[in-house]
Amino acid sequence: MAMTMVEKILARATGQKSVKAGEVVEPKVSLAMSHENAALVINQFMEIYKDTGLKPKIWDPDKIAIILDHRVPAESAKTATNQKKIREFVAAQKIKKFHDIRGDEGGICHQILPENGYVLPGTVVVGTDSHTTSHGALGAFSFGLGATEMAAVWALGRVLNVEVPKTIKVMAKGKFNPYVLPKDFILYLIGQLSAEGANFKVLEYHGPALERMSTSGRLTVANMSVEAGATSGIFPPDKETLRYLKEEAGVKGPVEIFGPDPEAEYDQVIEIDVSRLEPLVACPHTVDNVKPVKKLGRVKVNQIVIGSCTNGRLDDLAIAARILRGQKIARGVRMLVFPASFRIYQQALQLGYLATLIKAGAVIMNPGCGCCLGVHEGALGDSEVALSTTNRNFKGRMGNPKAEVYLCSPAVAAASALTGYITDPGKGGK
Amino acid sequence: MAKVVLKLGDDISTDIIYPGRYMATVLPSETPQYAFADLPEFNSKLKAGQIPAGSVVVAGKNFGCGSSREQAASTLKGYELVIVARNFARIFMQNAINLGLRLVVCPGIEAEEGDELEILPDKIINKTSGREFKVEPLPKARQAIIDAGGLIAYTRQRLLARAGSKKK
Repeated sequence: MAMTMVEKILARATGQKSVKAGEVVEPKVSLAMSHENAALVINQFMEIYKDTGLKPKIWDPDKIAIILDHRVPAESAKTATNQKKIREFVAAQKIKKFHDIRGDEGGICHQILPENGYVLPGTVVVGTDSHTTSHGALGAFSFGLGATEMAAVWALGRVLNVEVPKTIKVMAKGKFNPYVLPKDFILYLIGQLSAEGANFKVLEYHGPALERMSTSGRLTVANMSVEAGATSGIFPPDKETLRYLKEEAGVKGPVEIFGPDPEAEYDQVIEIDVSRLEPLVACPHTVDNVKPVKKLGRVKVNQIVIGSCTNGRLDDLAIAARILRGQKIARGVRMLVFPASFRIYQQALQLGYLATLIKAGAVIMNPGCGCCLGVHEGALGDSEVALSTTNRNFKGRMGNPKAEVYLCSPAVAAASALTGYITDPGKGGK
Repeated sequence: MAKVVLKLGDDISTDIIYPGRYMATVLPSETPQYAFADLPEFNSKLKAGQIPAGSVVVAGKNFGCGSSREQAASTLKGYELVIVARNFARIFMQNAINLGLRLVVCPGIEAEEGDELEILPDKIINKTSGREFKVEPLPKARQAIIDAGGLIAYTRQRLLARAGSKKK
């Protein structure tokens, strides 16, 4: 029977010849990721074992990854105590894929997993974070779940009662115009689908425009697939995937290149000609409220954020540095830069990007999620406006329900930093 | 009969249900105090015990979109609220079922604050307006978890079954 990417992966993870959308399966998990919310997972994990007479033991500690990234370094005693509890659990359960608050190996979970070679094509990856969809960039079926569900995975090594999702095929052709980036592509798609258009479904990405896209760009696209409601976004692994895994992620073993069956059944096919795309923004307070920059009018910004799991990789920082080189960020605008990991931080340091950004007036922050979700640094004042390369603009998202967040690519963010209002980078900033 | 105590629109994110700044609080016993913290009037009523268990929150489409934070489900479970929405975002729906928070998928629901609803397995009768609305079943994949009384209990059953079969 012809299968989509995810049907193939789930067939393998359940030891069946084939599975079909709508079936209920219990796939084996290859990697289970958590961050600070591991503190809650630990609690629920212990609850499961209560009064069973069984010793609480993770099914396979080598398949667990825990990355501290949401509020680092701890902003409060409560967080510090949660992080301490996680470290103790990691030591007791002998979890090796643990990334603490360190300049040599720390960072944001959705960058740490790919860059360390933890994610392989064809596998099932779960994470207690909705943006776990990111890892579909490498051809894994990767999706977010809650803490109790993760506790069940820790105990049993399987995700229980998964309904095989339907798949929407996205076909992209054409060449991106200068200053039109993968972020604009995914914002456009979310605008087309709406915030719930892919709810309970998978977005499978195809076409020459995406075959030419770097893994970094694919991570941006897969990351934000959840903003259309998708369970996951997935790219068929190809030569670029192989290059990334071998050259950048240090993967030694075999890497499987595969795609969907040609006759696979899709719920819907969406075709996009990327040569027709222009720089876009998602306006407050939903990610599907997408408009072209040039149709916005004059929107003054107070804070610009470049970075995060969505757009904090080296090419994102490179384009920001290119636009800001030798120039000054407008007075009245503060710009915060969050590299996605310390590895990227170090590379951007060596390549001079960070010096360029600092001279322009930016503040380089340590890799972390805190600003994006309004829990740690970079909060907005009442009626302030942020322009951010992150993935969500919900009311209250950056810590203040009386503020507004616009989402954009790093090119739009950097061009806007120069003018102080939301600016099309094609117009050359000033 | 259950009273509608809050009416919300579409795309209510988990940031609205449980703002990120309270995420360091994780235990289900402690999360309820921050339910809808950015809707201070409703939050105060909840904390003052003015909202009886079984009261209904009515919402539009895509309720619970965004972050996977389980606090968004545990905070509502703490008050035994019933959430009636046109549809729910996937992760929130799973978290709610896993924790035993009652969700009702009702694509056509029309109700105002103060309305009295009778919630039946296949329909909702709005006693105030006299209108009826069809209820859609929850995903069949989740039924075993609902039947067990939540995911902790279900996983415990599975673990014990596995340990038992190993002994044999």
